[in-house]
Amino acid sequence: MIPAEKQQLLLDKLSSGLPICEFPFRRIAEELSLDEQDVLEFYRTSLANGTTKRVGMVLNHQRLGYRSNAMVVWNVPGELVDHVGELLGREDKVTLCYQRPRRAPHWPYNLFAMIHGKCRQAVLAEIARIRKENGLENIEHDVLFSTRKFKQTGARYAS
Amino acid sequence: MDISAQDIELLNRVQKNFPIVSDPFAEIASELGRDKSEMINRLALLEQAGFIARFGGVNNHKKMGASTLAALNVPTEKIDEISTLVNSFREVNHNYLRENAFNLWFVVTAATEGKLQEILSEIQRRSECELLDLPMVKSYHIDLAFQI
Repeated sequence: MIPAEKQQLLLDKLSSGLPICEFPFRRIAEELSLDEQDVLEFYRTSLANGTTKRVGMVLNHQRLGYRSNAMVVWNVPGELVDHVGELLGREDKVTLCYQRPRRAPHWPYNLFAMIHGKCRQAVLAEIARIRKENGLENIEHDVLFSTRKFKQTGARYAS
Repeated sequence: MDISAQDIELLNRVQKNFPIVSDPFAEIASELGRDKSEMINRLALLEQAGFIARFGGVNNHKKMGASTLAALNVPTEKIDEISTLVNSFREVNHNYLRENAFNLWFVVTAATEGKLQEILSEIQRRSECELLDLPMVKSYHIDLAFQI
């Protein structure tokens, strides 16, 4: 059994990065004075119970040529939001799709979808296709392209 | 550094269903019919060259503590100053300029909701900008892997 404070450190390791080497989990275990088998068991359990969504490599989209990134926000009537959210969530080019609260008076949008593409044109074409194919043309939306990145790191929770 | 078709195959493979075993790259190498040491070296190079942001993973913020997406409407001439202020909080893990009146968008994560609200209040007070606090209500897509 791994003590609580070390569980937090193990989860934070997923955000800060594991070493790319032959026995990565053993290296982490040694670093934290834990048993390798306990560390493996911990990550498997964390994935199984949903605390961790994914273990693996996180790519840098921009570096790979996907230079354009838009947050598309939608003002969907309450009774339709789950339906539209699921439609958007199924789209290949949508990497994130969340419902969030509206904030009157300046923020009417309650559904957010992130779309990556090689250029602005490609992203706009993708958005047009998604709106048309899913019958979303009458839903108010806005496209917020990112123009500068000031910070991109994994989340940290341990204090 | 150029990316080959073999690199793309490898990058697509290592994003998900990563084997949680002692020697995970041995499994992946055998699946892809590659030499393990050569493949590990290649991954290390791809990480060094910035194609891989990190080898690690993504935790579920909702189960970990408190997190939110926040936005500020920053006057253009104050963008550098305010983005530096926002970045100075280690609880801020993404921070982007976007095309909107609310132009600075960032994710804040903290151990508790109280701590999160404390940080948001401080950012609002010090930036003197209007702040939107937009926590996730529901997720419709939780797979962050991105096939290239």
